[in-house]
Amino acid sequence: MDRLALDVAHLLAGGLVLVSFMLLYQDRMTGLVNNFALHALVVSLSVAWQAHIQHAPHLYITAAIALIVKAIVIPLALHRIIVQLGIHRTIETVVGIGQTMLAGIGLVALSIMVMLPITAKAGTLTQQDLAFALSVLLLGLLMMISRRNAVSQVIGFMSIENGLILAATGAKGMPLVVEISVAFSILIALIVIGVFLFRIRERFDTVDIHALHQYRGEQL
Amino acid sequence: MTDPGNFFVGAVLIIPALSAGLLAALPDDRLTARLNVLAALLTFLAATVLFFERPATGRYLIVDDLNVVFIVLSTFVGFTTSVFSGSYIAHELESGKLTPVYLRFYHAMYQTLMFGMNLALLSNNVGLMWVAIELATLTTVLMVGIYRTPAALEAAWKYFLLGSVGIALALFGTILVYLAAHSVVGEGLDAMAWNVLVKRAPEFDPALLNLAFLFLLLGYGTKVGLVPLHAWLPDAHAEGPTPISAVLSGLLLNVALFAVLRFKSIMSANPGAFAPGPLMVSLGLLSVVFAAFMLYRRHDIKRMFGYSSIEHMGIVTFAFGMGGPLANFAGLLHMTLHSLTKSAIFYCVGHISQVKGTQHMPDIRGLTVSHPALGWGLVFGVAAIAGLPPMGLFMTEFLIVTTTFARHPLLAIVLGLALLVAFGALLLRLNGLAFGDPDGGRAPAKASFAPVVAHFALVLVAGIWLPPALMAWFQHVAGLLR
Repeated sequence: MDRLALDVAHLLAGGLVLVSFMLLYQDRMTGLVNNFALHALVVSLSVAWQAHIQHAPHLYITAAIALIVKAIVIPLALHRIIVQLGIHRTIETVVGIGQTMLAGIGLVALSIMVMLPITAKAGTLTQQDLAFALSVLLLGLLMMISRRNAVSQVIGFMSIENGLILAATGAKGMPLVVEISVAFSILIALIVIGVFLFRIRERFDTVDIHALHQYRGEQL
Repeated sequence: MTDPGNFFVGAVLIIPALSAGLLAALPDDRLTARLNVLAALLTFLAATVLFFERPATGRYLIVDDLNVVFIVLSTFVGFTTSVFSGSYIAHELESGKLTPVYLRFYHAMYQTLMFGMNLALLSNNVGLMWVAIELATLTTVLMVGIYRTPAALEAAWKYFLLGSVGIALALFGTILVYLAAHSVVGEGLDAMAWNVLVKRAPEFDPALLNLAFLFLLLGYGTKVGLVPLHAWLPDAHAEGPTPISAVLSGLLLNVALFAVLRFKSIMSANPGAFAPGPLMVSLGLLSVVFAAFMLYRRHDIKRMFGYSSIEHMGIVTFAFGMGGPLANFAGLLHMTLHSLTKSAIFYCVGHISQVKGTQHMPDIRGLTVSHPALGWGLVFGVAAIAGLPPMGLFMTEFLIVTTTFARHPLLAIVLGLALLVAFGALLLRLNGLAFGDPDGGRAPAKASFAPVVAHFALVLVAGIWLPPALMAWFQHVAGLLR
């Protein structure tokens, strides 16, 4: 494969990991949402580039969906929600940003150490894509557990989805799953935003998940 | 549609899909409840035909000896639950807990859930199966939150977060499986088809398969409710409508376990990959022990039976992890009987919590006096689920413990002790619930007993005399599982 093509793919996938880190240290809601839009933009560029070098035109559709829905529509919707709910204040974290970043670095190291030897036979492109994709996935998980706010947890989950899309496009010639998984990520996002946030808002006047914990069953 | 088998496979999928749309559109609540039952009945009948008329394996759908057992069980419990749901929901409407709009949503979601589970069981494509399980998860999340009380929202949110993380891990595993297959099978749909994957598995790269199975076990294991990943399960069971608790316990956990079994057979076919058994044995055993102790000190009746489901899925996972014809046979039968028993228990519990107006166990007393039919139904169900002879679950638990004893005595001792602990907890609770002076509401229950009786009769018959044809069938399937 063309050296340049590979380098660009590598750059974009690496960039995605970098943006995942940026998501981790955001302390304001607006910044977090903007960063997520950047995350989605990078993933859509990466997928489009894969479509180009793999000669797989159907991947352009995936890229377009990622761009339109995740980089534009969902961030706009989230901004509206944030303004309406008045929650653009500081994000509450469970552990400090510093520790979270350190844990994130550990997770990236782990995923590279695990993935590189195992995928050695699968070709350079796949190898690197999968290592980065696993990093994004683990960073997304880390974000979900280190934040208390419902919106940040949803964003963490959507960044996991982005990592999965990167992995699916990296696996050369994978059929149908790309389209379907994208359709599902839209569905998830809609359900989450539409149903949960508004219901949670309606009941508690807050989207801080911490408020929910006092309603756990059994604590009678 | 020249092949009759194709027709019936199509029916199993299309009936729920169409009726979901129809039920969402119809406003009359009495009619929709009946239509829901009718659709579930037709699906069940179409599924039974698959025993005899099997279509050729397609690129997307497959009917084989393993999944036909699951699909018939799943559609049967789906049907009986829809009967129970009819009377349960009528009460919820009367008491104003649900409005007609929510009811339409509920019925549409019920059929969508059936569609998702049937599709997951019938799919011949790892990607399609993943999508189907995700669909089923999302519908149950919405149903768990349907009462919109703070506790229900908390449960739905927890379920959503854990379930989607599990689903994400499973997708990553699925991608890795494709990656392992595509260098051998070639690119395209074939590299995701079950029948091709199992046949060509010996040539796959073992290191990739190992990693893939780890992700798949953790991902789908979350949905099975295996112990470090179980946190969503008791809440989701306690806070959703009871028919959904019945379907969750009886069916959705099985579907997830079925996915794990499919991937396990790919692992076992590859000589270089690590043996998947020990992992499943340890997760299973951990679940049994943990759930057995958690059964004590429960206050919410549905939550307690949620923990009991964790225990039983642990037993089944343990049995499949042990492997071998006998353990597989016992695991398969245990899973079937657990589905029947647990869903019937939830039917009783649903009516009980409606007549008593609470799920809080200390407030429910003397059921056999105030509501003899419900009370004795619960007594029978708990006796069966705790593994008392002569019920079927006693036989399967006995089989699992004895075959384990022959191979790994230490594990058998742990398992046996955990089963005894769980047994004690259940009987202790049952004593308070069923006997003594009655407490709480005494209004007669407008219950539908047919589903409860049907399930318990099957469980009892299975324990006393399993028909030879059925026995031979289960043994045959157990032999196929590797």
